[in-house]
Amino acid sequence: MTAPIEARGLVKRYGEITAVDRVDLTVQAGDVYGYLGPNGAGKTTSLRMLLGLIRPDEGSARLFGHDPLLEGARALDGVAGFVEAPRFYPYLSGRRNLELVADLDGGGARSRIDEALDTVDLSARARDKVGGYSHGMRQRLGIAGALLRAPRLLLLDEPTTGLDPAGMRDMRILIRRLAAQGMTVLLSSHLMAEVEELCDRVAIVGAGRVLYEGALGELLAGTAGRYELRTTDNAAAAEIAARVVGDVEQTSDGLAFHADEATAAEITLALGQADIGITALVPRTATLEELFFRMTEPSAANGRPALEEAVR
Amino acid sequence: MSAATVALPRSRRRPGVAAVYRWELLKLRAQKRTYIGFAAAVAVPLIFILALALDNSGGGPEELPFSSYVRETGFAIPLVSLSFGAFWLLPLLTALVAGDIVANEDHNGTLKTILTRSVERWHVFAGKVLAALTYTAAVLVIYVSVGLVVGGLVWGFDPLTTLSGTRIDAGRALVLTAAGTLAYGLPLATVAAIGLLLSTVTRNSAAAVVGTLMVSIFMQIIAAISALDALDPYLLSTQFNAWQGILREPVDWDPILRSAWVCALYALPALGWALTDFLRRDVTGG
Repeated sequence: MTAPIEARGLVKRYGEITAVDRVDLTVQAGDVYGYLGPNGAGKTTSLRMLLGLIRPDEGSARLFGHDPLLEGARALDGVAGFVEAPRFYPYLSGRRNLELVADLDGGGARSRIDEALDTVDLSARARDKVGGYSHGMRQRLGIAGALLRAPRLLLLDEPTTGLDPAGMRDMRILIRRLAAQGMTVLLSSHLMAEVEELCDRVAIVGAGRVLYEGALGELLAGTAGRYELRTTDNAAAAEIAARVVGDVEQTSDGLAFHADEATAAEITLALGQADIGITALVPRTATLEELFFRMTEPSAANGRPALEEAVR
Repeated sequence: MSAATVALPRSRRRPGVAAVYRWELLKLRAQKRTYIGFAAAVAVPLIFILALALDNSGGGPEELPFSSYVRETGFAIPLVSLSFGAFWLLPLLTALVAGDIVANEDHNGTLKTILTRSVERWHVFAGKVLAALTYTAAVLVIYVSVGLVVGGLVWGFDPLTTLSGTRIDAGRALVLTAAGTLAYGLPLATVAAIGLLLSTVTRNSAAAVVGTLMVSIFMQIIAAISALDALDPYLLSTQFNAWQGILREPVDWDPILRSAWVCALYALPALGWALTDFLRRDVTGG
């Protein structure tokens, strides 16, 4: 089956700046795919290339096997979404805006307007001019506009940005429901909690490059095996633990080390034999946020983010 | 929010230029700027007629075709109005929409909204060109009609003296006025094409509107320099006088034909350039 999104070697330069640097992406059918990166990492530029809005300097992007640059609007069949904030005509009503985009879609899109408005809870304000809409209402109208295309692939660029907490919650619920109905979703975001909550696969980008691509669960599992230890005598405990695992880190209130379960048990026995009491032994898995910062922020050692270090 | 029912896309007839054109007209209808243009097209002939009516000296605009007959027949009013409208009024009203129609959408980000639907880029461009030309035609028709109707009500629909000195009855005067307006539409449509080009390549509405007007005024300045008289037949400003050939007996087709190909020399490359830019551009606005 053809992947909903397949991008290979995408490069986009603006003068001296390389906004997107050899980006490869593969989004499979049914994925809720997080495209995660700090502001300026090239996320929006990548999405614009996927939708055929801008031309890559190198590489290609295919949606369900079709290249928007070569095949034009036909390549976007079954694809919908928005990049940056969805934009509409402020002097037209919400409904009129949807009628406009529906007429530019054809194929019965007009018949889906009422349902789409209902889906995003905008039916009551549909006859008001978009110029009077709040940011959140425009975001929801953007989703409604996307739903008119009855998409199999939905590309959303930071859909919760600027929304209040209730709006963010509602937007996430909506995305989850759409995904549950079988829609493939590419969600660009810099909000870790949002990606962790919604996505099953992620690409983490920084400075235009993909730093990690794969299953979110695997990424987080790769950080398992870290333990935090607090004892009645941390100095002596550090010596004992170091004899077993080699590398022990001093933290603000105790120790931390990497070990498997059997080795951790061996350390607890050794500490007991040395009459050192264990006040806490906590297995830790890094959060996506911790991994994200480790990957995207330059390390003191070499000035570059390192994936290997991040997943240690 | 409630759940949406998501259907698979089905084979369907795709929308094209007609859908874009229809919505471009609806968008124009919904914008105040459109009515400002129409209001000016109504107001200027009315002010002209009012000024003539209030002037007891019997004077009128000098050195313009048909200016001697403005108090003899209402048919002279729109013809004189066409002459002075070419200086900057009608090019400005044309540029108001043509210079804005692409740049505004790029700036506001709505271009990406319509370019991620099921219409091709060239459909969008063609729809915008047709809408800009439709607006231009509407402004011209309003401008001429108001002058003709109100001028006729004030001074009557009496026979008109042509530029050859012959008298023609009201029916023929009406036909020739309509034909002259049609001929006048050629250079005005060319101004629209230049506006569309600037709107597309500058991505800035103000720059495109002002730039279009400046191109028009620049040609008038060149036309006023006697040392450059050799260029006159090829200037856009000269083509705004071609309609006068229709108001001769017999009709002088030479300026009309020259106007057609000279306008084409300006308009077609402008539209071709604009289309090429539009098809290949990176849509980054909004």
